[in-house]
Amino acid sequence: MNYVIIGTGPAGVVAAETLRQRQPLAAITLIGDEPEPPYSRMAIPYHLIGDIAEEGTHLRKAPAHFEREHIQRIEQHVTQIQADAHQLTLANGEQLGFDKLLLATGSRAVRPPIPGMDLPGVTNCWTLADARRIIAQANQGDDVILMGAGFIGCIILEALAKRGVNLTVVEMENRMVPRMMDEQSGGLLKRWCEQQGVRVFTSTRVNSVSQDGEQLAVELDSQPMMKVDLLICATGVKPNIELAKGWLQTEHGILVNRRLQTSHPDIFAAGDVAEGRDFSTGDYSVQAIQPTAVEHGFIAATNMSGGDYLHQGSINMNVLDTMGLISASFGLWQGVENGEAATLYDPEHYRYINLQFKGDRLVGANTLGMTQHIGALRGLIQNRTRLGKWKAHLMDNPSRFMEAYLQQRVA
Amino acid sequence: MQKSLHIDPEKCTGCLQCEMACSYENEGVFNPSKSRIKVFTFHDEGRFVPYTCTQCDEAWCLQACPVDAIVLNFATGAKDILNDRCVGCKVCTIACPFGTVNYNTATGKVIKCDLCGGDPKCAEACPTSAITYVDANATGLERMRMWAAKTDTQTSAHA
Amino acid sequence: MAWTKKILRVNLTDGVIQAEPLNMEWAQQYLGQRGLATRYLVEEVDSQVDALSPENKFIMATGPLTGTMASTGGRYSCITKSPLTGAIACSNSGGFFGAEMKNAGWDMIILEGKSPTPVYLYVEDSEARLIPADDLWGKSVWATDEEIHKKHQDPQIRIACIGRAAESGNLFAAVVNDLHRAAGRSGVGTVLASKNVKAVALRGTRGVGNLKDPMRFMNATFEHKQVLAANAVTGAGLPTYGTQVLMNVINELGALPTRNMREVRFEGAHSVSGEAMHEPRASDGKKNLTRNGGCFGCTIACGRISTVDRTHFSVKDKPQYWGNSGGLEYEAAWALGPDTGVDDLDALTYVNFLCNEDGLDPISFGATVAAAMELFEDGVLTTADTGGIELKFGSAEALVQITELTARGEGFGKEIGLGSKRLCEKYGRPELSMTVKGQEFPAYDPRGIQGMGLTYATSNRGACHLRSYTVSSEVLGIPIKTDPLVTDGKPELVIAFQDATAAVDSSGLCIFTTFAWSLDNIAPQIDAACEGDWSVEKCAEVGARIWQLERDFNMRAGLTGADDTLPKRLLKDAANVGPAEGKVCDLDAMLPKYYELRGWTTDGQLTSETRQRYGLPS
Repeated sequence: MNYVIIGTGPAGVVAAETLRQRQPLAAITLIGDEPEPPYSRMAIPYHLIGDIAEEGTHLRKAPAHFEREHIQRIEQHVTQIQADAHQLTLANGEQLGFDKLLLATGSRAVRPPIPGMDLPGVTNCWTLADARRIIAQANQGDDVILMGAGFIGCIILEALAKRGVNLTVVEMENRMVPRMMDEQSGGLLKRWCEQQGVRVFTSTRVNSVSQDGEQLAVELDSQPMMKVDLLICATGVKPNIELAKGWLQTEHGILVNRRLQTSHPDIFAAGDVAEGRDFSTGDYSVQAIQPTAVEHGFIAATNMSGGDYLHQGSINMNVLDTMGLISASFGLWQGVENGEAATLYDPEHYRYINLQFKGDRLVGANTLGMTQHIGALRGLIQNRTRLGKWKAHLMDNPSRFMEAYLQQRVA
Repeated sequence: MQKSLHIDPEKCTGCLQCEMACSYENEGVFNPSKSRIKVFTFHDEGRFVPYTCTQCDEAWCLQACPVDAIVLNFATGAKDILNDRCVGCKVCTIACPFGTVNYNTATGKVIKCDLCGGDPKCAEACPTSAITYVDANATGLERMRMWAAKTDTQTSAHA
Repeated sequence: MAWTKKILRVNLTDGVIQAEPLNMEWAQQYLGQRGLATRYLVEEVDSQVDALSPENKFIMATGPLTGTMASTGGRYSCITKSPLTGAIACSNSGGFFGAEMKNAGWDMIILEGKSPTPVYLYVEDSEARLIPADDLWGKSVWATDEEIHKKHQDPQIRIACIGRAAESGNLFAAVVNDLHRAAGRSGVGTVLASKNVKAVALRGTRGVGNLKDPMRFMNATFEHKQVLAANAVTGAGLPTYGTQVLMNVINELGALPTRNMREVRFEGAHSVSGEAMHEPRASDGKKNLTRNGGCFGCTIACGRISTVDRTHFSVKDKPQYWGNSGGLEYEAAWALGPDTGVDDLDALTYVNFLCNEDGLDPISFGATVAAAMELFEDGVLTTADTGGIELKFGSAEALVQITELTARGEGFGKEIGLGSKRLCEKYGRPELSMTVKGQEFPAYDPRGIQGMGLTYATSNRGACHLRSYTVSSEVLGIPIKTDPLVTDGKPELVIAFQDATAAVDSSGLCIFTTFAWSLDNIAPQIDAACEGDWSVEKCAEVGARIWQLERDFNMRAGLTGADDTLPKRLLKDAANVGPAEGKVCDLDAMLPKYYELRGWTTDGQLTSETRQRYGLPS
């Protein structure tokens, strides 16, 4: 068998390794278009701070890992796929054949359609190349705007603050991390950042950016104009579906079934690019999170190599450390119709917990300021645990979730 | 023969000697808040339940780690955290559906049970044999595997 | 080392919270916990202050072994001037609170002054703050515990707090930690209430270290845990039956004070004994005892975890009491049972729950109820006084009713809250109060155990068994068997027990280890942990110094040798049955010798030589 994987993020790498485990003799090729060994975006903030060297971001640490696994790596952009010929074309013109193909092309950072977003002082924070640029350009005393306080924005916020820049965060929505936190916890997070000396403008848009000598002039819709040395754009990401467009079924991402198979039987998709099944809703959507990418990679590879595994769906979840304040979200934290919620809110100590129930089952959760046993929230949601009398206990005090979890397992 | 921790809540008195032994081995001080094993008290039921990582086959934490910082220890079967690789991203703490990987704010790394490299101090310290380190095919492990299996809804065989 | 060497000082009057270094010179002289906190109290509080005034201070103190792996190393004590006795109060408690304080980085917390409004102290490692508690005032211990956990969203917080009893001015109110562990005696909870402090809530994540010789410490604690495990009392009796193992033993001995100490044997003793707690009940086949539980680090685990029979009259309409909670310990079972003549195990378990729920010392409470029952039987009290309660010996219904009232500080419960001395004085029958220095007796009749007579009479905190538990020697033969009916040698025995106990109470360990351990087992553990030389001799000397210092505090407070006595009933009315039949407690045969050995004058004052010998502060 000849397997080809496009994309060297977690989905691609896990898929390659899974294939190798299942098929010791198969040919496996892993193609990526960045001139780097496979690395993790999750680790970039820690590189920006200086906690780790670039090597510390690499997904696999063992020397010559891919060679030892006999996974061939190609650093080339793929320009075209000829599905019926089971063949693809690389940017250098070479042709590569495959029996089964996995599209794990991931997503890319996008910039909003605002004048001046193509200026040299504007950068994303998505790739290692971006990181190198930020390290070169965001230093002690520099004025920096971080545009977008979503997950990516927040995760690099601390790194930027620690680099000693004079930081302003601009977010167009009414709170920070709107896709992971409700108004109460998002509000606390903002207050926390401000307390740490970071200026945060929510409900604020960047109207335009223009060059002003060495600096950028940034016009905001509800604040005075600002002059900065660097603008980091973290306003969102978009699946890299170009290779699939027009001949595979796509919407926001590439459509797959529960086997992670696309509309072409020999082509699979996994990770940020795939509209996989959501555990909580049963719907198909792009989650763009690390654990989901890993699950996709494993399941897709299993099915590509003769297995027959159905994806039960991945739980949408996130954990975020914003300047030392740790937040997490699981599943349907916004709640469901006819559901019930239990929350505790202690703004003074930056603590918050929100549990969402349907009947006596947990379907979603948010936490702020908690670090212990939070994985059990995933366990409760994923097991669809019947809470029984513990539902009432949790309605009264949701912070007792670990007891509820254990009671169901060990009792 | 690989061994595993066998926990019998019926014998536990909630004294936390295990938590102290664990933290002393791993942190050099007696510090239950940093223990890899935790005893939970069910006051109403009058029960104490020691709880730690079952070293599950699925190894959700290991799979989810973006920087290869959690590895299988072939000698013990434990999933060990390599501190020099861990960046503290905490993805494993939400990925582990058992809630047994925790972030240590003091070090900026995560912590979990590593069976003390094959000589678990919690079992040694337990005065009532509520925690023992036994051959992996003993009944206790079977029970733990059942717990693990209950959580295995990630994938399922196609019927 | 082993000490964190840090004190948290909280001025409640002005809200200023400060960290200060521990006085290490004093630590070498007084070790920790009971001894060291007493040294601070003596330094900082005039013995003559009103115990409930802002001038009194309230110290929560751990020992150097608190929070370590030494077995039972989880203790802390509350040290203050007692409103019940006017003497020094030092109440020791287990559970998990003490170790949490140590883990947060504090050897002691000193509360001084008085908060203008109700507050609770919240300590998370080095962060400490006073938080308004207006919404908690008026709530029980259990409700307060729940609310604070909820507010901070942290199930791991450890809480010590007071209940409604303390708020109502009850003079024997306890500080309850971890729901059912109490610094029970001498009204320490009342002092906390007088300062408008509802609770102290702790979260410690720093860890306990600083051991002088870690390897030696780990070896020593491991070795001596084996001694506890192999011992018949600490390895089998206490885990199985708890302290309740004593109920039948002491009853057999004719030393079980019954019906306000009128008698020395209780016909219903078996029904409320440790053995009875193991017997399946008729209604649901369950035992009273669910399991035994341990305090922090305890490898004995004498704690009882019990339920009340759901069909019992006391709880049948109260499902909130159907779950498990702290069960009967011997002293509580005795005071609530034999001393009131009630032989209903479920009633006793329920009222014991209430004592924990609202912070009552069950010994003083039960003994005061017993005195009230005698007043009632004598016609001094009537249902007009009691609000309709037929307060008769043996009435479980009456016991349940009066407990509910006392716990909440309502009705006749407020009068019970005076304690037996003030209650009996108020009704003109002071001789019916079974107290020393105003504190009620525990569960050993000194007519049948003579050494306990001297123990009670000389105890620095008023009648108490835990200041020198000569029962060990006189009944159980630990470390050597002495005759309980003989007074010869008892002054020496009492002093040896008093000094050793003071040392153990200052270490962070539990006194129950001494059923198996002597200072020979304990000193090596202290020595491996703590800087300085902690030989057996030094530990005994520190114990003696602590005893003298406590005595000195009391003498300065205005107590005299005349307070070292027992109620007439024990000195004049002979035991009616059992081995001690015909005997009274012959205190006169023991006290003069005791004074002499202590280095006190014939009227019980410390001589200047004695003060000098122990280096007491002038």
